[in-house]
Amino acid sequence: MNPAPSIVFFTTASGAGYGLLFWLGVLRPLRLLPASPSFALLALAIALLLITAGLASSLLHLGRPERAWRALSQWRSSWLSREGVAAIATYVPAGIMGLALLADRPGLATVAGMAAAIGAAVTVWCTGMIYASLKTVRQWHHPSVAPGYLLFAGFTGAMLLAAIGALAGRPVVPAMLSILLAIGALAAKRSYWKAMDAPKPAAAPTLESATGLGFIGRTRPLDPPHTEQNWLLREMGFRLARKHREKLRNLVILGFVATIPLALLAMIIGGPFGALLMVLAALAALAAMLAERWLMFAEATHTVTLYYNGES
Amino acid sequence: MTEIPPSSGKKLGLVIDLDTCVGCQACATNCKQWNAGGHLAPLPDMKPYSAGAEGVWFNRVHSYEAGEGAEGRTVHFPRSCLHCETPACVTVCPTGASYKRAEDGIVLVNTDTCIGCGLCAWACPYGARELDEDEGVMKKCTLCVDRIYNETIPEAQRKPACVITCPVGARHFGDLGDPGSDVSQLVAARGGFDLMPEMGYAPTNKYLPPRRPMAPNPNPPAEAEPTPLDLKNPLLRWLDRALSR
Repeated sequence: MNPAPSIVFFTTASGAGYGLLFWLGVLRPLRLLPASPSFALLALAIALLLITAGLASSLLHLGRPERAWRALSQWRSSWLSREGVAAIATYVPAGIMGLALLADRPGLATVAGMAAAIGAAVTVWCTGMIYASLKTVRQWHHPSVAPGYLLFAGFTGAMLLAAIGALAGRPVVPAMLSILLAIGALAAKRSYWKAMDAPKPAAAPTLESATGLGFIGRTRPLDPPHTEQNWLLREMGFRLARKHREKLRNLVILGFVATIPLALLAMIIGGPFGALLMVLAALAALAAMLAERWLMFAEATHTVTLYYNGES
Repeated sequence: MTEIPPSSGKKLGLVIDLDTCVGCQACATNCKQWNAGGHLAPLPDMKPYSAGAEGVWFNRVHSYEAGEGAEGRTVHFPRSCLHCETPACVTVCPTGASYKRAEDGIVLVNTDTCIGCGLCAWACPYGARELDEDEGVMKKCTLCVDRIYNETIPEAQRKPACVITCPVGARHFGDLGDPGSDVSQLVAARGGFDLMPEMGYAPTNKYLPPRRPMAPNPNPPAEAEPTPLDLKNPLLRWLDRALSR
């Protein structure tokens, strides 16, 4: 599948923003974060900035962005529509949280923050289900894909919260959380790649089942229907990633792993230099996520390519 | 609404005979011709007069080799929307632009409300939908909805453009929801099948399998000798008589 930059950026930026919003809403009432409203306001502003930038980027992927509002109507059947509804609904408690912080109403800020955390989790789940619900793409239609979106959003969000916490002088809880989630993300990614590298399940569609010619024998393409490209091949026949698979996977692992010593070192050193290291760790996490999302698309194969090259 | 409506029982669709298709591309060409001015018009052509020409087509004709040796054969394979009974392309649509008609089961796109997100094309296993990058909306086979009900054209022509143009009669159009219809009878008689049945979208369109080649006669008749009556030429007739002595 074509890794459109607008979608790769959207799921990375919004995922991190929703993760940050989630941990802010959950950890603040537990008094595990710096207590000052200015810290919460800064974290909330960064979360909303990332979410909004991501959503704006996702509009660029549309053929008719001016009609995007129509996507809010079919939440009964469409995960994309549900994602849109959840994304917009989450702005309401997040906005109330911001106003409550400004107006010094800590009780309201806590309740709104928890509601925003639920909204953030629901939105990221919907994003994951857009991909996980597609039976046509074997690499996405996998039980770990939607939980993976939650895990990676939680990881990058915790990493950002640790970086903001380090700037405020109290990063330990989100930093420890991000280390745990980094280990979880590494394990999840490795087991996912192992499942993907295993031989295709016997029930997976083949050119024989796609054409119904299996009763004659092995089927292979002879003449293509067109000699030039078309939208289908550019969108669903993207093949570059499989060539560089190993290097890119190592890059993702390197990025996830690097956050762990960086975060540990940042906690030990503390002070402005420690804060700098924590920001570096967060940037490494985001860069690794961009690579992971790019691979997530680029490694995915669609059943339509069966018709063109006999493989999917 | 992108939920699938309850079926009226009528399932208009195509039956494509892979035994007789010769891969001439006439169906694809006539489809493009009609639909460039039809219900989902226009169908764009990018760089039509230079290298890299491409555009939206509702029907693409592949050719495959199946089997090995004497059993093997070349099969031409037209691929278009199958107007599935439970199409994921409809349920994933966030706007309701992609819909299935209750009255005849045709799957269509409302290009006035489509946002061009492309999710329906991702959800379709058959590659039946192509994005119109000029207009920014999705396009697909309409089963020539603007021909089959069109009372301004002669009744015999109220069939999809691909069906009416096929020079070998490999394409048939009718109601596959009616077990007594010609197309349903044809599917029953020839063992018509679904493409990728394991995906579970229950395509309406059916494909008829290539017939098995006739086995060679194990006892071929000896070549019949010419009788004197077959030999009209008197010189040859004399030669035959002389050599037969």
